[in-house]
Amino acid sequence: MGTVVATAPEQTRARKFTNIWRDGDQIAHLVTFLFAASVFLVTVFLVYELWIHSGPSRAKFGFGFITGRIWDPVAEQFGALPFIYGTVLTSLIALVISVPLGVGAAIFLSELAPPQLSNACTFLVELLAAVPSVIFGLLAIFTLVPIMRQYVEPFLKHTLGFLPLFQGPAYGVGYLTAGLILAVMTFPFIISISREALLAVPREQREAALALGATKWESTWQVVVPFARLGIIGSVFLALARALGETMAVTMVIGNDTSIHTSLLSPGYTIAAFIANNFTEATGDIYLSALVELGLVLFALTMVLNGAAQLLIMATTGKGSKQP
Amino acid sequence: MAGSAATINAAGATFPAPIYQKWFEEYHKAHPDIQINYQAIGSGGGIRQLTEGTVDFGASDMPMTDDQLSKITKFKVLHFPTVLGGIVPTYNVSGAPDLKFSGATLAGIYLGNIKKWNDPALKKDNPGVNLPNEDITVVHRSDGSGTSFVFSDYLAKVSPEWKTKVGVNASVNWPVGLGGKGNEGVAGLVKQTPNSIGYVELIYAVQNKMSYGSIKNAAGNFVKADFNTVSEAAAGAAKEMPEDFRVSINNAPGKNAYPISTFTWLLIPNTIGDATKKKSITDFLQWMMTTGQADAQGLSYAPLPKQVVAKEQKQIALIK
Repeated sequence: MGTVVATAPEQTRARKFTNIWRDGDQIAHLVTFLFAASVFLVTVFLVYELWIHSGPSRAKFGFGFITGRIWDPVAEQFGALPFIYGTVLTSLIALVISVPLGVGAAIFLSELAPPQLSNACTFLVELLAAVPSVIFGLLAIFTLVPIMRQYVEPFLKHTLGFLPLFQGPAYGVGYLTAGLILAVMTFPFIISISREALLAVPREQREAALALGATKWESTWQVVVPFARLGIIGSVFLALARALGETMAVTMVIGNDTSIHTSLLSPGYTIAAFIANNFTEATGDIYLSALVELGLVLFALTMVLNGAAQLLIMATTGKGSKQP
Repeated sequence: MAGSAATINAAGATFPAPIYQKWFEEYHKAHPDIQINYQAIGSGGGIRQLTEGTVDFGASDMPMTDDQLSKITKFKVLHFPTVLGGIVPTYNVSGAPDLKFSGATLAGIYLGNIKKWNDPALKKDNPGVNLPNEDITVVHRSDGSGTSFVFSDYLAKVSPEWKTKVGVNASVNWPVGLGGKGNEGVAGLVKQTPNSIGYVELIYAVQNKMSYGSIKNAAGNFVKADFNTVSEAAAGAAKEMPEDFRVSINNAPGKNAYPISTFTWLLIPNTIGDATKKKSITDFLQWMMTTGQADAQGLSYAPLPKQVVAKEQKQIALIK
């Protein structure tokens, strides 16, 4: 009798245990949960590391780090504003060019182009998205920079030179050239994802619009594109993320100057390019710590812009037709 | 012999990396038991890793500062010069293939005080040369580098204004100009941009067959950089060589001394606990200063002058 009483709970515990493991759903749940958690852990770890290692710099400069305009390793005075400015400005130039181009191309490929042409173009676009950035940088140095210096920048100065945006010497390298190469690098992303989003719009939507007497373009522009706008906005923010963090191609064409200029033709610097250029030779604790803080600033910048994107999406989905 | 095998890890400067790789490989061939791994991660990185004790020795294009040395408490760092390099001005001015620069003029250009190629200061350095009435585009390194350290150190020596306004470091707050990444970045920008001036390592200029200018040295002569003039700068400075070899040989005395020259150093701890490693490192140093020096010119570095080698050999005895 005594033995039965003693073994019964153990048996049930063992059964429960095997039950759990027999149940594939539970395993899948656990494993995928761990995978998902790792994303969270990596993010937390990243912020923690950046925060800890930027400690000396944060303590010394405080908020002045973000508003400071001078980066002087000799005097150990560090201000990040020129790099923040360069990063935001080049990314903005890139998006101003690549969004209309990319979305326009995606509309053509998904709605208007014959299927064969669409498939061929899509293949090329995806190929373009996979080209390493250093290749774009080389391309820019050998072709884009001379063209900018000899033709585009003199032309801009001649026609729009009354604006402070287009003044100063035409070096060929600078914010505008960096923005252009970023536009070239980001627009495959916009085309690729926007096209997917447009293709995912149900056929009935188009048919309904056409049945109501809309032309092909009216149905595309007024029904299909608004329906797919979440995907399109998503593609824009993916492009923005790439533009903000791009390092190699940018440093090859931006001119790498640590001051703030109004003119788009002037040389500048971005956060990612500056960190990559200076980390290996950084000596001194404050200098190193300031470079890590630059990384933290870039991270925060990306977070803020992504947050803004989320808000924008929430605001726009509130109105108009909801996606299923 | 089996007991004496050693793997030694080192890290640091990129500028001497080609000759270091060659040395370590040759040394390994001659002494199969000894394997020296070298990571060219930059002088700053080499100093950091040595400080943290993750490598057996470091390498740097700039001598360690007192502040950096004071952070290492476990051992003292000995500086061993290995080879020499020069830094040369390269430019893109049509019709002016061979230009001369005095130190003050070069500093004026990099400070942004001299803005045009036909500035009186440049005309004075280059009598008879037809210099264009064009703006100078200044090009400097965008990445932190030993090259910029030596160049800014030279400018500080010849220009009080540079010394107070900008100072000396692997990367400084450049008053004017565009930044190019690495020697190739600077060379590329200069090649592409009309009326520009930049600076690159002598070995880079030689290997890429670039033309470059002469610099006025402390004795008042315009000297073009080559192995001999760079070595002469070291010989000129050797007489006043401090005991720890932490010396800048910029603007050195000597009739033909090239004024923008530098040693590059191995940073060796003065106590090496592992007896095998200690023997391997000291043997290597001895080999590097004698047999190894023959490799220097083939790779476009200037070899150490004899006076410096003699002095360094005494320092080997300090490794305990």
